[in-house]
Amino acid sequence: MATSIDPRQSRRTILHRLDLGAVPYAFIAPFFLIFGAFGLYPLLYTFWISLHRVELSSLDTMEWRGLANFTELFEDDRFWNALSNTFTIGVLSTVPQLLMALGLAHLLNYRLRGSVFFRVAVLTPYATSVAAAALVFTMLFERDFGMINWVLGFFGVDNLDWESQKWPAQFAISTIVIWRWTGYNALLYLAAMQAIPRDLYEAAAIDGASRWQQFRTVTVPGISATIVFTIVLSTIGATQLFGEPLIFGQGPNGISGGADNQYQTLGLLLYEEGWKNYQMGRASAIAWAMFLILILVFVLQRVLARVLSRTPRPAKAPRRARPSRTS
Amino acid sequence: MGTARKRFGSTFVSATALAVSLVLVAGCGSGDDGGKARTKDGKTVISLGLFGVMGYKETDLLDRYMKENPDVTIETDVAGDEQTYYTALQTHLAAGSGLKDIQGIEIGRAKELVDTQADKFADLGKTPGTDHFLPWKSSQVTTGDGKVIGLGTDIGPMAVCYRKDLFEQAGLPTDRAEVAKLWEGDWAKYVDVGRTFKQGTKNPKVAYMDTSTGLFNAMIYGEDKQFYDEDGKLIYQDNPVVKDAWKLASDAATSGLTAKLRQFQPGWDPGLANGTFATAVCPAWMLAHISEKAGPANKGKWDVAKAPKGANWGGSFLGVMEDSPVKKQAEKLVAWLTAPEQQAYIFEKLGNFPSSKTALDMPAVANGTSPYFSDAPIGQIFGAAAKEIPAKQVLGRKDGTIKDTFSLGLQLIEAQGKSPDAAWKTTDERIQKLTR
Repeated sequence: MATSIDPRQSRRTILHRLDLGAVPYAFIAPFFLIFGAFGLYPLLYTFWISLHRVELSSLDTMEWRGLANFTELFEDDRFWNALSNTFTIGVLSTVPQLLMALGLAHLLNYRLRGSVFFRVAVLTPYATSVAAAALVFTMLFERDFGMINWVLGFFGVDNLDWESQKWPAQFAISTIVIWRWTGYNALLYLAAMQAIPRDLYEAAAIDGASRWQQFRTVTVPGISATIVFTIVLSTIGATQLFGEPLIFGQGPNGISGGADNQYQTLGLLLYEEGWKNYQMGRASAIAWAMFLILILVFVLQRVLARVLSRTPRPAKAPRRARPSRTS
Repeated sequence: MGTARKRFGSTFVSATALAVSLVLVAGCGSGDDGGKARTKDGKTVISLGLFGVMGYKETDLLDRYMKENPDVTIETDVAGDEQTYYTALQTHLAAGSGLKDIQGIEIGRAKELVDTQADKFADLGKTPGTDHFLPWKSSQVTTGDGKVIGLGTDIGPMAVCYRKDLFEQAGLPTDRAEVAKLWEGDWAKYVDVGRTFKQGTKNPKVAYMDTSTGLFNAMIYGEDKQFYDEDGKLIYQDNPVVKDAWKLASDAATSGLTAKLRQFQPGWDPGLANGTFATAVCPAWMLAHISEKAGPANKGKWDVAKAPKGANWGGSFLGVMEDSPVKKQAEKLVAWLTAPEQQAYIFEKLGNFPSSKTALDMPAVANGTSPYFSDAPIGQIFGAAAKEIPAKQVLGRKDGTIKDTFSLGLQLIEAQGKSPDAAWKTTDERIQKLTR
């Protein structure tokens, strides 16, 4: 067939084929090239480093260690301490944060005057930099002259040393996270809530459901997918928690997460090994351990979602019915 | 020819998409201006990376230099916290980019840089007019084969800064000579004075000293060896100097003599201003910080007394990067900034004590007083302390980090209520891990 077409025609066909075949790849190429350069390559290189003993001051001399960095890490108290701190600070910050966001979104979902103002207002903490927020909170939680201890003083509470005690320190760090992210999550919830058809609420109201019952049986099931999404996002954020405790501790204490490592997260342990002790191999091993933990969390979440989706939910039926009604 | 145009159009689009993606990726690799001197308004730009209060940004020295050398513009980048500064410097050294032409070097990091990064610094040993330093100062930044990677700025001879009003309330003498007599010759006496202070003071909220780590630093830096021996072997576990300092400092911490603060961290600054503690072991460079943070309201309440024993805490150097495109000009600037006249000038303005032997004998230094600290003759006090500093101080690679780890260990006792033995065990384990 190709022989019967003159050369000019065949060149065009090749170009045409190339056009059809290559253009889509060309369009998506930037993502993959950038992912390769900034995602995949560092990931693999980090793994390569984690198999060696490398110092930050002499990155060109590597000494092969095999998996020794990993086995040592899993025998190291500091790793398990950091893991448990990451978990407790994660729970302390994520749970109240999402509950508050849910309540806030519910309030914002009412028709109220100046709703745009309130919606922007809840988002402002998110727009603040971590450093600024953490610095301000550090001053608020300061032992001798901090505002929180000053207020507590009116109730006869003696000056609490927030930084040097485990639970107060973790609580204080959690408040920074909560303050910054609650509004962000609230807006996500609000967006999902606005997609719930109004007539569902009207129907519920006719059936005599109170506001609280409406919230429980219409709103929450209606935005369940968004709730799962925010839980995943918050979990990833909590696993990588770094800036807040670092700045909260200030100086050498921040890097080690307090004198007793009482609020050292995995991110801080990584930083301590890499940029205080200059052991890049050990730091890379921690980075990979964190990566594996995130994968584990992701798998768990999928399993959980599958189990949950098997149990019937009341809001599913009306939502499925919606497209047929509108079309 | 609608189809041809369409075809051309889509080929064009695909080519553009490819080109754009290539440019995006290539763009990440560029940004390298290596080797070329930066200029601004036709002047050569020399950049300085500094930390803390080194006195160059805080006084008019750089402006004066620029006026005398109209072809030079100087840019400074000052980090408040030395730990942050050094971490960034390490990263930049490892990456070979982002370095300033001139970088400050803190003494705790000197040995590590001398051992591992000497080839990245220019040799300042033969720079003209730089033979005026205290001999031990220069030896700290000299490599085995005689390369000098930095020129000295200040040194940190130590004294004790104290609040006269709080001493008076506690029934202690306030005159600096009498105060110095109380603890003359032995740091243990300094702690004993604390016990008297605690009994005598009317206000139980006022502590005797800010933190036990200041005392620990003063004790170990009064001897020639601290954490390492000359061969670079770790000796802190058996070194009686470290053990005695740990014992006395933890003793002070468990006796409730300290305000449980961390120097240069939140709480310490307002503590200086509000008088939550009566004394702080102060190297000469700390005077600038205290007078700034305690503020004009406390002028004349503070005074300086001679420490029980001479010691040197801190002090810095300025190094020039070997690859700097303006190496010659930078070397000239460093030599000028560390010259005796300039060191004496910074001492007059801020109290940072000169590391230049010539500067020490200049009347401005020798007769220097501090109006903020009740006109204390700081030139004499710190000058005498400087003479007691051991002629040679053995430095080790991880000195700075180990000192930080000991500070954390003392906090375990002070703020966390751990026993000194348990805190020592934790500190020992941490040092073993970080030096492994």
